[in-house]
Amino acid sequence: MKTESHFAFFDEGSKKEIRRAILKAVAIPGYQVPFASREMPIARGWGTGGLQITLSIIGKTDVLKVIDQGADESVNAVSIKKLVNSTTGVKLVERTQDASIIQSRHRIPEVPLTEDQILVLQVPQPEPLRKVEAREYITKILHSEDDYSGAWLMLFEQIMKYGKTSTGADHPVYVNNRYVMAPSPIPRFDNPKMHQSDALILLGAGREKKIYAVPPYTDVKSLAFDDYPFSVESFAGKHCHLCGATEVFMDELIDTETSETIYQCNDTSYCMDRLNENEEAEVKGNYV
Amino acid sequence: MGYVAVKGGTKAIDASIKRLKYERLKDNEMLEVRTILSSMRGMVDRVMSESSLYSPFLAALAIKQAEGNMEEAVFLMRAHRSTLPRLYYSQIAESESMLVERRISASFKDIPGGQLLGASRDYTHRLLDFDLLFESVVENQRWIEEYKKDFERIETADDLAYFPKVVDYLRDEGLFKKYEPDNTPPADVTKKSLQFPSSRSARLQVLTRGQTGTVTSLGYASLRGYGQVHPTVGELRVGSIPIYVEHPNEVEKDEADNFYIGEIKITEVESFVPVTVKNESNEDELEFEIGYGVCYGQNETKAIAMSILDQCLEHPDSNFPTHDEEFVLLHVDSVESTGFISHLKLPHYVTFQSILDSIRQVKKEVQQDEN
Repeated sequence: MKTESHFAFFDEGSKKEIRRAILKAVAIPGYQVPFASREMPIARGWGTGGLQITLSIIGKTDVLKVIDQGADESVNAVSIKKLVNSTTGVKLVERTQDASIIQSRHRIPEVPLTEDQILVLQVPQPEPLRKVEAREYITKILHSEDDYSGAWLMLFEQIMKYGKTSTGADHPVYVNNRYVMAPSPIPRFDNPKMHQSDALILLGAGREKKIYAVPPYTDVKSLAFDDYPFSVESFAGKHCHLCGATEVFMDELIDTETSETIYQCNDTSYCMDRLNENEEAEVKGNYV
Repeated sequence: MGYVAVKGGTKAIDASIKRLKYERLKDNEMLEVRTILSSMRGMVDRVMSESSLYSPFLAALAIKQAEGNMEEAVFLMRAHRSTLPRLYYSQIAESESMLVERRISASFKDIPGGQLLGASRDYTHRLLDFDLLFESVVENQRWIEEYKKDFERIETADDLAYFPKVVDYLRDEGLFKKYEPDNTPPADVTKKSLQFPSSRSARLQVLTRGQTGTVTSLGYASLRGYGQVHPTVGELRVGSIPIYVEHPNEVEKDEADNFYIGEIKITEVESFVPVTVKNESNEDELEFEIGYGVCYGQNETKAIAMSILDQCLEHPDSNFPTHDEEFVLLHVDSVESTGFISHLKLPHYVTFQSILDSIRQVKKEVQQDEN
């Protein structure tokens, strides 16, 4: 009764099916392609959409990086990596530049991605209009009729109530001037990285059974009004207490000794890279 | 340096998984899969039903691995299901061909073929049986022998007896509409994701895979007041039906060439629901419709609740959420609901930082406005 699992967990039929959905998604940027999402050995809502994409596109020579909220060592990232590694044996890395496939939850790495890389984002709620319309049947019609008044109204109401738009992560974007898309709950800070990206971006929602994509060099515009422009999270005047980086997305921490608020790069591999570089420079400096 | 809760993930996971194993083993007691298989029928049936994978053996293994945690056992089965290639679809199985173990009707005192209680907990008194604390294999065997002696006095029929459907009796009387069997191939929601408006076959498939508690609750809500369906259980039957597949390569299709691949035990419910319809002269008339419920194993409450929800979803014009197919169908799945609820345990500090920033900016603005 004991069975070995197939390469990349799925049977080949399932992989083909998912790849067909991915191809369609790439052909229609920002359009949510329904697919028969499989149950995975990790829980729905824990990155099964991204995982299904990764497993269906991964080959033996691929190099994989998985991050969760910016961190390579986050428990769920580790769990996903372990699963992919145990069913494929592919190499796992932490350095963004070394990976060919990067699966991420809620962040786009700080290091710009290249044409040779694919970014796979995990999506909890693929429907940008769900907050204004609960029914899938209706939102599908709204997309097909290019009717995004609901999304605009949502922003308008925030301005009326709070004096400015108050979206957190998952600020909706226009893709290729056609579909309004949920960029997944990446911070607003990461939205501009999707615009004209060198890398292919694939987004997978396992529980909601949707796959969508931003192909390389596609226009991605965050929804905003002319007089209320889109703004990203501000870390002005802040720097990473480890590597000194500025103008990156940072985690806010409380120093346990001084009880002061300190900041630290959210992208752990970026921070590590900078620390290594600093150290190298220092070592070199000492021996000149 | 500050403490970051998500560092050291690899080590933490390894330690956590070890601890989990320790919890299962620490009392030096071992539950055999065959023990689960033969003594936890209710749970095995439920796991098979919610995972939509008919395999009592694998269900028992999943229960052992999950230490009896239902959602976890279903989850294991579903994940296993994803690794299995789907080779064939079975032939249409008619529930008239069921080898009935239990069959009751609440609509009639006596039904053609008779009521058959079978094995049921319905009329047991729910008193804790402390005798079970001192159960012995020898005594159990003696009991079984005694019980089987009763069989000797019963004459075996020469032919297999199939029970007619209660509804056929009412159809003959003209109280139910007669429909031609609709044998269009059913939707398979595991191969193509559910689209709305959905077909009835897709709805039934989602409901039968639904979490027992959720299906029961929604059925109950509809019955109690948040719905417009008031059913009578026309017929509830439990038993085994044979499953056949067609020869995959044979060009000429002949039913006699079909392969018997085994039998599955199911619970099937047909609820009778009175509905108002307009007749030819545009007058209101009462008519009956059927709510259909079916699921793997003996899962009677779930099957009845499913029959209510099936009927609810046939009438989407009502304003109650139990009549809204998206509300019902997108929320009854165990793996989906438990998965998404439990994902809240994952770190959310990027998203939280993002909304924190938004709120701070708004507050700043408000303060500036006030000054």
